[in-house]
Amino acid sequence: MNDTPVVGVLALQGDVREHLIALAAADAVARPVRRPEELAEVDGLVIPGGESTTISKLAALFGLLEPLRARVRAGMPVYGTCAGMIMLADKILDPRSGQETFGGIDMIVRRNAFGRQNESFEAAVDMKGVDGDPVEGVFIRAPWVESVGARVEVLAEHGGHIVAVRQDNVLATSFHPELTGDHRVHGLFVAMVRGSAAPGAL
Amino acid sequence: MSSTLSPSNQPADSAATGTARVKRGMAEQLKGGVIMDVVNAEQAKIAEDAGAVAVMALERVPADIRKDGGVARMSDPNMIEEIIEAVSIPVMAKSRIGHFVEAQVLQSLGVDYIDESEVLTPADEVNHSDKFAFTTPFVCGATNLGEALRRIAEGAAMIRSKGEAGTGNVVEAVRHLRQIKNEIAKLRGFDNNELYAAAKDLRAPYELVKEVSELGKLPVVLFSAGGVATPADAALMRQLGAEGVFVGSGIFKSGDPAKRAAAIVKATTFFDDPKIIADASRNLGEAMVGINCDTLPEAERYANRGW
Repeated sequence: MNDTPVVGVLALQGDVREHLIALAAADAVARPVRRPEELAEVDGLVIPGGESTTISKLAALFGLLEPLRARVRAGMPVYGTCAGMIMLADKILDPRSGQETFGGIDMIVRRNAFGRQNESFEAAVDMKGVDGDPVEGVFIRAPWVESVGARVEVLAEHGGHIVAVRQDNVLATSFHPELTGDHRVHGLFVAMVRGSAAPGAL
Repeated sequence: MSSTLSPSNQPADSAATGTARVKRGMAEQLKGGVIMDVVNAEQAKIAEDAGAVAVMALERVPADIRKDGGVARMSDPNMIEEIIEAVSIPVMAKSRIGHFVEAQVLQSLGVDYIDESEVLTPADEVNHSDKFAFTTPFVCGATNLGEALRRIAEGAAMIRSKGEAGTGNVVEAVRHLRQIKNEIAKLRGFDNNELYAAAKDLRAPYELVKEVSELGKLPVVLFSAGGVATPADAALMRQLGAEGVFVGSGIFKSGDPAKRAAAIVKATTFFDDPKIIADASRNLGEAMVGINCDTLPEAERYANRGW
């Protein structure tokens, strides 16, 4: 793969713009993805923050569920933040009826686990694979990871709960690095897309 | 970005709640989505199943407020709690302009956003609520850039163009969104000397005017509201630059709310794809009847409330 990978942002709903900016700052060619043919043209994909029920419904309606699952199974690097983390979980603890995920990480997530908007918060998070200062974690009605399978690497915790994980080429955080102007987590993901950040080598 | 954190909202584990980033960031998560007015738990579930990103809990949709007349106030806490229980998406609720005690009540109920709304009867004809005093973020309406920036200066974390709620007529929504976008575009070309005068003309803080001039957009998310009744209306507002839409009476005053709600969600996501909008517009049943805004008496124009 060449040095400037093309990374898509699933643009059905959510904070797409902020991810496009962060990816461009991390030296990727960033573009929105709403259709199966657009998905076929990217080397990696970000699932943004948003409402997981809305993203799930629109992905099913517009024929993206199966193609996306197939790309994830085939090893395409994917990164999900908040709602995106929920979409990458193999299992949701308390799904709305019929809520589907793309899967990719052997974990169970709890939606809105940190509470409603009044409980949304910012906190410093030490994240494996991100050198230097802790990242500024912005948690908005955020999920956490209840439990992970043996192949999942836990990258960060907050208050005793898992908030960042990686399994092979799939990365997920409960929080929103795209809202902070600190592009190191996107840098890590772009390195994964380039194939230079092997799993377990963090 | 500045933080509005006060020491009192700082729990022991050094997590900071109610910051500007958390409040504005919440609205960022709603972008590209549809926020729907609902009056009970059953409607809230229909909205969630249709793909709404949030619901606005209120006792009467604006079309009924128009019909019934009288003073329109904050909704019954029981009704708001039932809606919070019924869905997992965010729940917003309206307070009257300047009625900060209604806002305190809504915050205590755990709503995710407070709409300080001209659709309800204003409680104060001079002052809006001090929105920095709350952990819960606020969305406010605006008809032009100056009004939007005054609300942001008071702590609003999201803006919606006002339109004319409860009419099913998109004309005022178009007018207000175009006004805001045009005024932002004009600021883009201004040099520093001109920005001071612009701030005076806009009756808005210079710092915010300068920020808008640099960003080429508001520093918070901008949605459109007031008159969207069809999938094409929603897509129109998106193409004009709204980052998402509020739909009030347009859904539950129509013939087939579930179908219309889902259709408006589709058209909001694929706002630039006429084929998808066409498909979404098929066989939706009757749209709400609607009111022609040019026959609406001045006193019945909600957009004139707030300043």
